[in-house]
Amino acid sequence: MSDKTPKIAVRVSEIAPVTAEVKRFRFEPVDGAPLPTFSGGAHVVVEMQDGETLRRNPYSLMSPPRQTSSYTISVRRDEAGRGGSLFLHNRLQLGDVLKISHPVNLFPIDQRAKKHLLFAGGIGITPFMAMMAQLTDENRAFELHYAMRSADHGAYREHLAERYGQRLSVYRDDKGEAIALSRLLARQPLGTHLYVCGPAGMINWVLTTARSLGWPEQNLHHERFLAPASGKPYPVTLTQAGKTVEVGPHQSMLEAIEAAGVDAPYLCRGGACGQCETRVISCQGTLLHNDHYLSPAEKASGQKVMPCVSRFEGASLVLDL
Amino acid sequence: MLVSGIKSRPVYGTLTPRAGAAEHLFVADADGALAILDLARNAPAGFFGHAHIIYVPLDRDHSAALKSLAPSMFYVGPTIAAALPRLTQSLANATMGTQLYLAGTEGLIGQAMRLALEAGVDHLSIQTEHRGSEARRVQCVHCKGITENVRTQPAKCSHCGLTLLVRDHYSRRIAAFQGVCIDAEEPGVVPATEEAFP
Repeated sequence: MSDKTPKIAVRVSEIAPVTAEVKRFRFEPVDGAPLPTFSGGAHVVVEMQDGETLRRNPYSLMSPPRQTSSYTISVRRDEAGRGGSLFLHNRLQLGDVLKISHPVNLFPIDQRAKKHLLFAGGIGITPFMAMMAQLTDENRAFELHYAMRSADHGAYREHLAERYGQRLSVYRDDKGEAIALSRLLARQPLGTHLYVCGPAGMINWVLTTARSLGWPEQNLHHERFLAPASGKPYPVTLTQAGKTVEVGPHQSMLEAIEAAGVDAPYLCRGGACGQCETRVISCQGTLLHNDHYLSPAEKASGQKVMPCVSRFEGASLVLDL
Repeated sequence: MLVSGIKSRPVYGTLTPRAGAAEHLFVADADGALAILDLARNAPAGFFGHAHIIYVPLDRDHSAALKSLAPSMFYVGPTIAAALPRLTQSLANATMGTQLYLAGTEGLIGQAMRLALEAGVDHLSIQTEHRGSEARRVQCVHCKGITENVRTQPAKCSHCGLTLLVRDHYSRRIAAFQGVCIDAEEPGVVPATEEAFP
């Protein structure tokens, strides 16, 4: 079923501009009890009551993992998004109370590594902020390679430079700088693990280049949260609940199912973790698979769907929910 | 006597040239050389120009055939124990993009893999191929002593002398199968000894 760990009520105690597009939000527990410790790379799902709409979006935690007095996240404003980032940027006020999930980590550090090579693109820096605090505490070898559009777009660039010095390399698109990736990957000691978080194009480039140089799959880690795609409205029939639900154009299948009062499984809500995998009983039409959890063969079989990010077009869709 | 379906029982594959790898590091003993020679038939031109072979002939010497592959480095050692420090050194100097290939007896594969794990290599990214003897390296779970080349079931611990049931339960960390006292409840009541691992 859905994430059964109790939600944590938190109060917004800081809203700070970081760049023209990014704001940082600090959450402190309403009851004053310590928040759970977590591990670098973890995220929380933030629940936002935006008018009639309940939004639940995952955000990477960037505060030090051992800090239990508050959590911080950084959010880039996405004018073309579904509204979660706009709600946080434009509507959320200091002192507001929100609910967040317990931390979940789908992008953990591999503790067996001899060295950690981190690649961040833009707002993809956030999980690495927590990871680097942990790696520093544990006295582990790491390097961060941080690509950004310009100095003005590089969230925490100065803070990172001051704190991590030689371990940080910055690449600015506006100066035509690019990571010398093949050369960098070819000279890493055996036992190095690679982590990448950023735009899809960057993730694909880093992973493809590493594989082509003989890096094994076990040493490659990435995190990519997908926002649910918009599309045409369609009905979904849920056999166990005995309901038919209408999915709106800017609503995910999972959100529509939840709005109808059906408790469906979920964890990351971004097509990554696999928790919401649902059996398709019948499908007259086309499943629009947007996740990166199901294999190409599973997607082609039409027998499973990930309602958190995937959609449907056609006459009827019946799910085992 | 053996409990089947134990998940830790290693599963071996067939060596194949890893495309893209900058260096290829081979460790083999005895007939494990034949797995390298089979791989060589499918290897692209120039493959062995970036290959290092560490070989222990034991009772089956294929070193001449391996040498004819013209690897960039070739070492022949008298025993597995003598060859392993060379592997440790090679792993310490290796970069990412080095593919590790292990072929031969389970004892050789297991001990080389243990060093690779210590060097930060995931076991799933190591290629292995079992050739030759099925003799096992066994750890007595009671005295922790290791007995090499165990061929029988049950087997005698070469350290404490207990009669051991050799299990499929395997430890990658120790590079040995686990041996458990077979007559703990009725000392001396043991099944007939059979050759189980030829």
